[in-house]
Amino acid sequence: MAVTEKHLPSGKTPDDAWRGFAPGSWMTEINVRDFILRNAATYTGDDSFLESPTEATTQLWSIVQDLSRKERIRGGVLDVDTHTPSTITSHAPGYLDKCLEQIVGLQTDAPFRRSVQPFGGIKMVQDACEAYGFTIPEEIVQLFTSIRKTHNQGVFDAYTSEMRTARKAGIITGLPDAYGRGRIIGDYRRVALYGVDQLIAQKKRELLARESSQLTEDLIRSREELSEQIRALAELKTMAESYGCNISEPARTAREAVQWLYFAYLGAIKEQNGAAMSIGRISTFLDIYFERDLQEGRLTEKQAQELMDHLVMKLRIVKFLRTPDYNELFSGDPTWVTESIGGMSEDGRALVTKNSFRILHTLYTLGPAPEPNLTVLWSDKLPDGFKRYCAKVSIETSSIQYENDDLMRPHYGDDYGIACCVSAMRIGKQMQFFGARANLAKTLLYAINGGIDEKLGIQVAPKTEPIKGDVLDYEEVLERFDATMEWLAGLYMNTLNVIHYMHDKYCYERLEFALHDAEIVRTMACGIAGLSVAADSLSAIRYAKVKPIRNDKGISVDFEIEGEYPQYGNNDDRVDRIAVQLVKKFMNKLRKHQAYRNAIPTLSVLTITSNVVYGKKTGSTPDGRQAGEPFAPGANPMHGRDRKGALASLASVAKLPYDDALDGISNTFSIVGKALGREAEQRGTNLTALLDGYMTQGAHHLNVNVFDREHLLDAMEHPENYPQLTIRVSGYAVNFIKLTREQQLEVLNRTFHGAM
Amino acid sequence: MRRIDANNSSDSRPIGRIHSLDTFGTVDGPGIRFVLFMQGCPLRCAYCHNPDTWDCGGGRQLTVDEVLAEIEPYIDYYRRSGGGLTVTGGEPALQAPFVAALFQEVKRRFDLPTALDTSGFCEFKHVERLLDVSDLVLLDIKHFHREQHKALTTQSNDRVLAMAEQLSRIGKPVWLRHVLVPGVTDGAEHLTALGRFIGGLRNVEKLELLPYHRMGVYKWNSLGIPYPLEGVQPPSDQDVARARQLIELGIEQTRSSTLMNSKGSLTS
Repeated sequence: MAVTEKHLPSGKTPDDAWRGFAPGSWMTEINVRDFILRNAATYTGDDSFLESPTEATTQLWSIVQDLSRKERIRGGVLDVDTHTPSTITSHAPGYLDKCLEQIVGLQTDAPFRRSVQPFGGIKMVQDACEAYGFTIPEEIVQLFTSIRKTHNQGVFDAYTSEMRTARKAGIITGLPDAYGRGRIIGDYRRVALYGVDQLIAQKKRELLARESSQLTEDLIRSREELSEQIRALAELKTMAESYGCNISEPARTAREAVQWLYFAYLGAIKEQNGAAMSIGRISTFLDIYFERDLQEGRLTEKQAQELMDHLVMKLRIVKFLRTPDYNELFSGDPTWVTESIGGMSEDGRALVTKNSFRILHTLYTLGPAPEPNLTVLWSDKLPDGFKRYCAKVSIETSSIQYENDDLMRPHYGDDYGIACCVSAMRIGKQMQFFGARANLAKTLLYAINGGIDEKLGIQVAPKTEPIKGDVLDYEEVLERFDATMEWLAGLYMNTLNVIHYMHDKYCYERLEFALHDAEIVRTMACGIAGLSVAADSLSAIRYAKVKPIRNDKGISVDFEIEGEYPQYGNNDDRVDRIAVQLVKKFMNKLRKHQAYRNAIPTLSVLTITSNVVYGKKTGSTPDGRQAGEPFAPGANPMHGRDRKGALASLASVAKLPYDDALDGISNTFSIVGKALGREAEQRGTNLTALLDGYMTQGAHHLNVNVFDREHLLDAMEHPENYPQLTIRVSGYAVNFIKLTREQQLEVLNRTFHGAM
Repeated sequence: MRRIDANNSSDSRPIGRIHSLDTFGTVDGPGIRFVLFMQGCPLRCAYCHNPDTWDCGGGRQLTVDEVLAEIEPYIDYYRRSGGGLTVTGGEPALQAPFVAALFQEVKRRFDLPTALDTSGFCEFKHVERLLDVSDLVLLDIKHFHREQHKALTTQSNDRVLAMAEQLSRIGKPVWLRHVLVPGVTDGAEHLTALGRFIGGLRNVEKLELLPYHRMGVYKWNSLGIPYPLEGVQPPSDQDVARARQLIELGIEQTRSSTLMNSKGSLTS
């Protein structure tokens, strides 16, 4: 239901807040996209307008750096408020330095003090506290054990025995069944543009529209959710008031716009410790406010940069309390505060503004960092000045990932954002049920071993005769593999249905959904790990001679390969087609199943850094990979198997069909700085051409890491000297020194493209 | 008409011996380049980082069409970056007819610029046709002094220097390269002399000083050949900067004396 003019609060129209903006339907309905398209000023120049940080910024950042150092010395967590379960209004205001902060708001009453968020599961909170030397009070444990049920408890009430076994064996892993699922992006911009009161009014109308003589289960749920959303919006106002801000009304200035938007995001992360808490697509939206203030003479460029610096500083210190296990899986305490920058409008204008530059420039004013996860929506039609700046920033900081706007725009329009690493969604109109990933390499081993797990020796998939014979037969393996994938797809979908049913029930994202439309599109975001291992294994079985080596129980624990076989990553269709077919096949199998809340099944080829743990849990594979060796990340070819250089490797990945992997195809490109060209100017040109060329091939995503191997070796020995060494790994940037030693070694062994 | 090498003149489908290829070369000529490594080399440079390309009988045999098929998927990258095709080795001049045919086809079909990376150790006549279809020559002078060149590479540099002069005569654009090896090629007198020689050439667009590195040592070990430069360390950035100054000093010396001579001739 759209808001019409008569719905705007009479007498106090937001004229003053909206002064000077080009009018449009955004004034009479909640429509941020319309506001952006009518008001955003495309910037086609270069980076020469950018300003250095203010004194206040430098001082604040040194406070943050000092706290970071203390946190590292303390073992990864500085402080925990164990007594106060986090809600939007749970904590008193907190500051870095109240006098210096342009943008205020912390998750608790002190910086780097983490809160407990037990609604997803009390177990994870207990384990995390214990691991870092804190104790959670017994009454809180009691409260979230016998009085208030958690998501985690709900999930395990409903899990079948097969699901538990599959989870234990690691055929499906990383499931959000013990903490917040995340990957939901609230349209935080709405709070700045409309003020909370208008948003509440809209939600109340939606609630009213759901009064019906026939209250179906769907309607009842919808009414309860809307009521919770309204409550959350009211709490958001209360939280902002505690910082002395009245966010009932729309923001009137750039500073207010940044502050209002940040409050909305802050409310979301106080309520949810989701696996990825992305912020959406805010920089070009905010530019409209910056431009107006600049023109009115209220703001200088220096102050504009300061506002972005202070916002980004806050986004960099988002902290969740998680277990060391979780960090092992995803590396380096990540939060995936992903911001989507640039892209084109549907009518062909670049959505690049000065503020697109400013947010990238924070990598200089504050130095490089993995958060926020800066994601450039790339099109070969982006202005040249912006492309050049991106290339420069990539080369100097390694802190940008690129995703193909020309590929995504036809699916998601021109106001989508990226959640986590590669998951596109229309902002405020679409959400996803995060589904982690299934292990395709292990699935292949199950097909060979009659459903028995090669590591645990237990029956996980339905029992079949293990494959006999001295040499693996391609047709036979393929047929068995197909059947095992069929089983996996059904089990996987059912598992996700359980998880998201319970998450909606016990850990509902009230505020994030308050910043969505009432009717939204939902996707069930499944994923696969080990694609390159599975593809190469099938290729080896087909084109070479693969002999299984069986243990005394008849399980193939190793493989002997005779002869050469085509390997994924060399632009060789013989094997690349196998990889393409695997993606298509598994996606089609997922499509056969009913997903919770009529979600549309999608697939990602993304591991972030979990490829290391997946590898650890998987036995030797027919491609020659030894038991325990890491998989390649995401859709990357296996390390060391690409023999024709980077472009051939990129070409193989670009063949994977986005239509069958709409949740994203991640590719990580690591290059030694000198290998991009001998001179700085040429390096920029080469990187730009590389991105243009790759995206034009229909590829989806590229992480760019530019560094020297020597840097990394040194950083392993002397992490203290590299507090900000940022590298990108499949879909994400991390601080290298926060990686486990195994992950560091894996990065070092990953193919470095080019010579020195 | 130029004569094509007798061995290949009658063959309309020349075959090349290829060591390997890289689709993403960025340090051998401008832009992003397809880099083709030819098998076989007449020199045995002590610091060689590709000793596995020496043997003229090794490698894979490919036709021009087969190499073109390897290049074709990536021409968009090469065009966008102002790059092209670079053929190196080994010594590509050893297979001049093949490389010439390849360059000709790459230009005709894809309109890509071509670069020849050579030690210059060949007869000008032998590569004349190849040079016709090379837009750029990366000429690597290993050592300026004949005896030391011989000690370093097993061959004298007479042909190399003659080649450099011929290239200057025909006005072929050249990026002149020199590998800086501490204790072997970094003598002040040598570098200045090299500079004076370069100063006399009219076609040098760029001078690239390549710091010696040890990343190829493992190849010597795996081939079971003793590595002659054991113990030699790569030069520091400072060493490279000093060497560049010395070469530039030599270039200046030649240029100013040429200028004086020409002035002199004007006045007399």
